[in-house]
Formats: sequence, structure tokens, C-alpha cells
Amino acid sequence: MLGEGIVKGMLETAKNFAGSFVSEERLTTVEYPEQRIPTAEDARVFPFLVYDGPDWEAGLRCVACQICEKGCPPKCIYIEKSKDKKPDYVGKMQIYPARFDIDVSVCMSCQICVEVCPFEAIKMNTEFELATGDRFGGLLLDRHKLARSNEYYHSIHPTEAAEVDARLAEEKAKVEAKAKAAAEAAAAKAAAAAAAKPEAPKSESPAAGGD
Amino acid sequence: MAAAPISVTLDQVFIVLRDWLTHFLPAALQPFAAVVLEVVAIVCVFPGLFALTTVFERKGLGRMQNRLGPNRVGPFGFFQPIADGIKSLTKEDIVPLNADAVVHFLAPLVLVVAVFMGFAVLPMGRNMVLVDMDAGLLFFFAMGASTELSIFMAGWSSRNKYSILGAMRAIAQMISYEVPLLLSSVTVVMIAGSLSLTKIVEAQNQYTGIFPHWYVFTPWGLASFVMFAIAATAETNRTPFDLPEGESELVAGYFTEYSGFKFALFFLGEYLGMFSISGLGATLFWGGWSAPLSILSWVPSWIWFFSKDMAAIFVFIWLRGTLPRLRQDQLMNFAWKFVLPFTLLNLVVTALWRFMEGGWLRWVVCTAILAGAYVLMGRTGMHRKHFGPRSYRYAE
Amino acid sequence: MSVVFYGIAALTVAGGLAAVLLKNTVHCALAVAVAFAGLALLFLSLDAQFVGFAQILVYVGAVAILIVFAILLTRGAEPVTGGVFSKSWLVGLVIAAGVFAVLGWAVLQSAHALPLVTAAPAVTVQDIGVALVGRYVLPLEIVALLLTAATIGAVIVALHEKERTR
Repeated sequence: MLGEGIVKGMLETAKNFAGSFVSEERLTTVEYPEQRIPTAEDARVFPFLVYDGPDWEAGLRCVACQICEKGCPPKCIYIEKSKDKKPDYVGKMQIYPARFDIDVSVCMSCQICVEVCPFEAIKMNTEFELATGDRFGGLLLDRHKLARSNEYYHSIHPTEAAEVDARLAEEKAKVEAKAKAAAEAAAAKAAAAAAAKPEAPKSESPAAGGD
Repeated sequence: MAAAPISVTLDQVFIVLRDWLTHFLPAALQPFAAVVLEVVAIVCVFPGLFALTTVFERKGLGRMQNRLGPNRVGPFGFFQPIADGIKSLTKEDIVPLNADAVVHFLAPLVLVVAVFMGFAVLPMGRNMVLVDMDAGLLFFFAMGASTELSIFMAGWSSRNKYSILGAMRAIAQMISYEVPLLLSSVTVVMIAGSLSLTKIVEAQNQYTGIFPHWYVFTPWGLASFVMFAIAATAETNRTPFDLPEGESELVAGYFTEYSGFKFALFFLGEYLGMFSISGLGATLFWGGWSAPLSILSWVPSWIWFFSKDMAAIFVFIWLRGTLPRLRQDQLMNFAWKFVLPFTLLNLVVTALWRFMEGGWLRWVVCTAILAGAYVLMGRTGMHRKHFGPRSYRYAE
Repeated sequence: MSVVFYGIAALTVAGGLAAVLLKNTVHCALAVAVAFAGLALLFLSLDAQFVGFAQILVYVGAVAILIVFAILLTRGAEPVTGGVFSKSWLVGLVIAAGVFAVLGWAVLQSAHALPLVTAAPAVTVQDIGVALVGRYVLPLEIVALLLTAATIGAVIVALHEKERTR
């Protein structure tokens, strides 16, 4: 009959109206500044730089390779390479970014910098309260403002961070194994050389086969 | 006066207050001063109610959508209208360069004045009517009709396609729905035998046992009231008939180019229109200031009027929280193919009711005719749905 | 004949003059509405409530809107360039003077014929209603028929156009 749907709809809204006073679960919104909903794990806002260890400057994973700078579609990343070098997470000496700026007023949150980074140094943050009174300086984040610890990375993207850590550990183990093998080979060579001096050079190190 | 029971004193408290305030003046000035006082009261009370309604509307809509609504400014957010008022007062008043400055300036004034005039004939309590006119109902509708011109002025003078489209929609809609609005009110005039709103209320202020003789409790009255409510919603441009403002298509319709206090005036005009038309509906069908049960007659009459008015406002808000907006052709079809024929039929039924004096037979006959017509028209109207591409007659 | 009368009369005449003299057609239409409102006020000042309110309801609420719509739909909203007086203004003046003379003559004649009434006759809305469906029922029905015919004619015109365009 005509008007049936209207009555049904009116009943529905009346139910909502009365129900929202009775049960808190009905409320679909929260009172934002006081109450917050935890951000979704896959949420992404703007990039940040990951560092290991307690010191942000020493622990930055970034090696200033500038791949992200070149790949950034809106060109919001600015990197200046350092003159000196510092050891990276495996102990290899690498250059590091003397300056690493991201203009978040330009950034479009595409995550391409994260995809292209071979060093797992840049990741997406979930912080969204970036409002500032200074729209030029306040939105240009330097490397100190961008640096976040690996623990923070774990806290916002646990699954992804665990994968990254596993990969890094594997890489590190491989490098260490290689270094160990090289050291063993060198040691064997040295031993063989030492043995060959008085005797004939007859044996070869089996461990050195990999090289 | 000391002999009068407390309920009578309370009922007439505003009249007593007015007389007390005016008795300081010389006798020649007293009637004039009384009218000024009454006008001031109307001009203060209804905008105050408007301020309250805006916050209640936002909170109510929020609750209907399972949200909390505004609750920041003051206790429970009730100072929100003050913040809104300060905002609209301090905002820049922008007049478009191409706009017709004089008409652009006059439009909101004409609207608010015309809407305020409607309150002059509404009896808001026993003896509480500004002008007890013989043709009060006609006056009300005459004032309602003048608002259309102000809407046109606003839309045309802005020199903006959204404004002019909104104004055209508003006028087309208001003219279409004014016919059923008038015709559904005419039934009350037929039964009460008067165009004076005070007489209409007096006619309903009688009781059988404890139940009142409100017109809404008769078959023709209920039908009239439903049609009146539909037409009133359309007249005030409220959801689901808010096409003239349709923010998803027309920005804000005819007041797109208004800002600051002029925008607030349009807003005020819309809400005052709601108050006055709700007051009229309450007066015509729900007994105006009379009590719903005879045993409740001790409650002051003005309380009843204002609670009925506010209840109607709540229904407006409730509808807004429930129904989606109609399309223009649906709106026109509904007006001309359902509401208008039904009000015409209702006129005939009312005449029948008038001439079948007394008895239960007229209840049965009138109810049967109206219910049958409603079902039949609803069914034919709902089963003839034309889906498919729309054809445009004039715009190619 | 008081200050009120002269004020309202001045408003009405000003509205009428503005409707003729203004350049922008929409302004003219709005001025016509002012003149209508002034007329309604004149009726009200003569204690003719029904006619006064009907004047506002029908003329300000409907006729003025109709005029405005007609102007907008016929693209006449742009202000005219050049003078507002047509070339045949002399003929128009003669016709207007003729109509005015006839009207004035009629009014003056009736003033002599009628007794001078100072108090306004108390005609209530109910009396008008009774007169309309009693003594004047035939004219009323004829007017109603005429209007119905006009409405049907308008619908037919609109429908015809639709068929032709298809």
C-alpha cells in the first residue's frame, strides 16, 4: 500500500533514535580527540625513515642511493649525499644522507618510494595529525623529523615489519656466512701455505670451492 | 484577579503581563503599546525557538544516524546556535559583481517579513492572538504566497545558474503544492464555518467525555491533515521535497550566492516558515491551544500550542532523517496525480459529512470512501511505473 | 482620506510608474508586484478584507510569478538598450487617455447616483460566500468553465508541441 515504505523507514530511524541513547554499541562514531580508533594495519599516510638501535642518526638504514628521489612521481623527496661514510647494518661502510627532506604538502602517499627502496629504509607512517600553522616550513619534514625506530615500525605495521626483519636477518646471516667462509678459506690457505712450506703443496681447501 | 484560580492566572499570564506593562502609559497610547509588545514577543520568541531547533535538529538527525551530534559548545552543545550566530554575523557579506544589488539585498528581507506576518493570525493560546481577523486563514495563505516572490528575487538577482534553477524549482513546487494546501484547509473551513482561526479553535475546544472534538479524529480531518502535512512539507522546502536546495546538485539552490547574515536570514525564514505552517496545522486539525484531554485543561493553553508546534517540528526532523529526496518529475506527479485528486475527493467527502448530520453512518461511509480511494489511487499510482530513459520536452 | 491612504496610493502609483518606466523587464515585473500589493493595502484600508487578501494571494502570489516566469522563459530578462518608449507612443497615449476618460466619467456618474456612505458596509467573508453560491452562482460557474477550458487548452497546446517535435 502507498506509504508503507515511509512508515517502515520512519520506524527504522525511530529505532536508531531511541537506541542510540540506550546502547553505546549502536554509535558508529567516536568522540575523536578524546577517543581514537586504532588505525588499520595497512593504513598509510606519509613516508618515514627507519633506524636501528638507539641513535637515530647512526642507525638510519638509508644509504642515500637516491632511487626513491628519482622514482617519486610528484618529486617531493630531496636527498644530499654525505662526504664521509658510516657502517650500515651489516657493517659495510656506506654513505648516508646528509639531508633527507620530504615535502608532505606535495607527497601523494603513493608508496612508490617504499616499493623501490632496496634497503628497507623508507616505510609508510600512519600518523595523520600533521596540521601546522606554518604551511611552508611546517610541512617540510627533515631527516630528524622523518626518523622513526624499528620498534615504532613494528608497532604500526607488525606483520610487514616482521617480514622485513626476517629478510634483513637472512641477508645479514648470508653476508656473515660468506665472511666466515672467506675467513675460513683464508685461514685454510694460510694453513696450507704454512704446511706447504715444509712439505709439498698438495691439498686444496674444500671450503674454498664456493669462490 | 486574586479570586481567579491559579490555572487561569497561569493561562493568561502573558496577557496580564502585557496589561500591567501598558497601564503605565496614557490610555490613548495603550492599544498601540500593547500591539508593539505583542509584535516584540513574536519577533523574540520564534527566532529563539529557531535557535533551539537548529541544535535539536542536528542532535536529532545525529541520533537517527547513530551519531552523537554537536556536543562541544556549552553543556551538551546547547550553545551551538550562539556560536553559529556569531559566525554568521562576523562573516563577510559577499555580493556577486554581476548581481542585481538592490533586489539581492531586498530578497531575504521580503522573505523574513512575509513569514513573520503569518504569525499575526495564529492563536497561540486563549486570547493570545495578535490580530483576530475575520479572514485569518486567507491572510495566512496570502502571506505564504508572497514568499514565493522573494525566492524568485533571490534566485534571479544572484545571476547564478544554480540560484535561478533553485528558484524555478522552488516556485514550481510551491505553486503546485499551494493548491492542495489550500484545498485541504478548506475542509476545516467548511465544517467550522469560519475563516477566523480563533473560531476554528473554539469549535474544536469541546469534549465528549474526556476526548476532544479535534478535526484530525474524523475521517475527513485525518485525510485532510495527511494531505496538509505533505503540502506543508513541500511548501517549506523540507526533505523529501528539498529539491530547491538540493545541495548535491544545486550547491544551495536559490541562496547559493548569499553569505553571512543574509544567509542566516534565509535560514531563519525557512525555519519560521516551518513554525508557522506547523502552528497552522495544529490550529486547523489538532485543536490549536486546546488540551488533548478535558482533564488536562488546567495546563496553560499556550503550553499546548507550543508543544504541538514543537511536536510537528520533530516530525519534520524525523522525516528529514528518514526520506531521500524526490526527483522533480516524481514531485510534480505526486502533487498533480495523487495529492490534488485526493484533496478534491476529500472536499466532497467533507460536504457529505456536513450533510449527514450525526449518527455512525457518516463515519462508516466517509471512512470507506476515503480508505477505498487511498488504496485504489496508491495501487494504480504505484503499479504504473515508467522506467527507462527520460524524455525532455523543452530542453534538447 | 488620511495620511495612510495617500501613502498607500503613492506606493501603488510609484509601483505602476516604475513598471512602465524601468528598463529591466524583471524589475518591471517586481514593480508590478509592488503595485498589486499597494492595491491590496488600499482594499484593506477600506475594510474589504476578503478582496484585499485575495488580491495578495492571486496577484502577488500567482500573477506576478506568472509574469516573471513568462519573462524568464522568453529570454526577455536582459535589459533593453535604448529608450523604453515605443515608436507608437502617441497612439498609446491617446488610447490610455480615452480609457481613463471613460473610467473617470463612470466613476463620477456613479458618485452622483449613489448616496454618500461614510461608514464602510460590514461585509463578512461569509456574506461573500453566500452571495457567490446563491445569487451569483451562474456567473461563478461560467467563470469556472472558462478557466477549465483555458486550462485544458493550455495542456493541449503543450501536448501538441510534444507530438510535433517527435
